[in-house]
Amino acid sequence: MGSAHGSFQQLAAEPESAKTLRDGSRIAVVGAGPSGSMFSYFLLNMAEATSLQLNVDLFEPRRFCHRGPAGCNHCGGVISESLVQRLATEGIVLPDEVVQRGIESYTLHMDIGDVEICTPLEERRIAAVYRGNGPRDSEPMESESFDGYLQRLAVDKGANLVQRLVTDVSREGDRMRLECADGFHDEYELVVLASGINSRLTADLEERAGGFRKPAPTKAFICEFKLGREVIRETLGPSMHVFLLDIPRLEFAALIPKGEYTTLALLGDDIDEELMQRFFTSPEVKNCFPGGKIPDHVCHCYPRMNISGARPPYADRMVMIGDCGTTRLFKDGIGAAYRAAKAAARAAVFHGVAAEDFEAHYWPMCRSVQVDNRFGKLLFAVAGLIQKARFARRGVLRMTITEQRHPGKPKRMSGVLWDLFSGSARYREVFMRTLHPAYIKDLVWNLVAGNVDRSHPPAVERRHGTH
Amino acid sequence: MARLGKQYSDGEIIVRQGEPGNCMYVIQDGTVEVLAIRDGKELHLRDLGADDFFGEMALFEEATRTATIRSKGTTRVLTIDRKSFLGGIHEDPSLAFRLVQTMSHRIRDLTDRLARYEESG
Ligand SMILES: Cc1cc2nc3c(=O)[nH]c(=O)nc-3n(C[C@H](O)[C@H](O)[C@H](O)COP(=O)(O)OP(=O)(O)OC[C@H]3O[C@@H](n4cnc5c(N)ncnc54)[C@H](O)[C@@H]3O)c2cc1C
Repeated sequence: MGSAHGSFQQLAAEPESAKTLRDGSRIAVVGAGPSGSMFSYFLLNMAEATSLQLNVDLFEPRRFCHRGPAGCNHCGGVISESLVQRLATEGIVLPDEVVQRGIESYTLHMDIGDVEICTPLEERRIAAVYRGNGPRDSEPMESESFDGYLQRLAVDKGANLVQRLVTDVSREGDRMRLECADGFHDEYELVVLASGINSRLTADLEERAGGFRKPAPTKAFICEFKLGREVIRETLGPSMHVFLLDIPRLEFAALIPKGEYTTLALLGDDIDEELMQRFFTSPEVKNCFPGGKIPDHVCHCYPRMNISGARPPYADRMVMIGDCGTTRLFKDGIGAAYRAAKAAARAAVFHGVAAEDFEAHYWPMCRSVQVDNRFGKLLFAVAGLIQKARFARRGVLRMTITEQRHPGKPKRMSGVLWDLFSGSARYREVFMRTLHPAYIKDLVWNLVAGNVDRSHPPAVERRHGTH
Repeated sequence: MARLGKQYSDGEIIVRQGEPGNCMYVIQDGTVEVLAIRDGKELHLRDLGADDFFGEMALFEEATRTATIRSKGTTRVLTIDRKSFLGGIHEDPSLAFRLVQTMSHRIRDLTDRLARYEESG
């Protein structure tokens, strides 16, 4: 009784936001990557449910039906298991035209052997997609771009697509003014920055607005190899191939099979030529390709990656979502864009668009991602140590192979690796699992057993691919 | 082509009435039949198609499956784990909105059917 009374008083005392969205309010969303399109979709969905009539202009100069860099938002294109499930629960069931390949396992490659880690359900719940319409010089595809699909959902919900590049966002009294490269300008009640990590807009804001810090980037590398469906089926299969190699500054490397092509993504601390040279000449990588020969890539880029979020990612009548706000470290950036898009849309529709509204109802989600990223840093640091120490690699490999061979055995190491590679679980959750006494006991045993008898290295354990 | 989900062939049982369950399913492609089994006899309740979901009660209660779901032709189905679903709801209660909406439609449909049955009986 007392607590109910207390919460009622709290409710009654909560001041109504000075800045709320009303019927006819105008909202500008800058960028129709995953975060911008999902924000527009969910905002309009929530507005419809609450009988609020909003006008959303979604600014995006890029056309996702183009092949190569012109239509692409440069990423590995892995849609995590958790995001596939969340979207399906929301009623967004990824259509077959968007999914280039369903991934059913991860194959871990190390200098001492490889192991395939399979999904417990024998089901494909990870999607490999193209953000645009495929690599440069590829034949036009019948498939649809992931970003194009999300943009279509937003437009079908009622967003107005404006194919213009936004060059400036400023405050005009109690409204926001937006300017475009072609001289177009207009005013809005809310501006949502969803322009990614590469846009100049956040840098301009940092220069002009004291106390605002733009997100910090690092350089990554992506390229595409044309292998053909048949070769991919024989060599890589429906498995994502990840590498744990002793190469300084390389945090994560993965080969992601798609239709006719395979995407390679290298993430780490400023990927450069020297690092790539070491990666491409390592036998573990070469062995993934037919005849041990790495073909020329047909498309490549050095995209930037957000490794530290914007602060604060909101102001009066403005909120930053996705890569230009806060994202997950190295993994599931699109999943983080979804969470940010929804949290910002909820805050705007149900609370208001003042800085205090975003601070109370959007910032907690950003903070939880940032806290989780600290656990992520710790986990990647441990993975870095394993990369350097051969004896540790032996233990990890032995433990994973043993778990994969015995279906009834608890999948302690396999689960940790699966979640680390797929980005499906929070880093904190994965980290806590590594502190479980049973995990530590198994790991110690495998470290000893894997290093005592080195004359019998663990057999290569793969269902897919060339051995 | 390797798409999302798990494939079932014609006549294959995806969920069996009376068995325990801890996940729900979303149909990626194809059609399934929802069947109630009473005294060994099959009662066809409805067909479900692409984007529909079934088995959602298992997410909220520890009870056994209330109907059998059988694949009609080839179907592809995606599972949603209870842990992942409840974790999502905890962070974002609006995630349950569509599920509640569909469950409410189904209750309305059952009420209509019951009323018609009472009238005719
Ligand atoms: C190498 C690499 C690999 C990755 N792999 C994965 C992966 O496999 N899975 C995953 O989940 N995440 C991955 N990510 C992260 C993922 O790409 C991002 O987190 C995600 O794209 C963020 O979405 P967004 O909508 O915030 O930004 P973006 O995808 O960058 O979209 C921003 C949009 O804004 C538009 N825009 C920019 N400036 C303006 C402007 N001034 N006016 C109008 N429009 C503008 C752009 O054209 C673009 O369409 C990877 C990242 C990198 C660098």
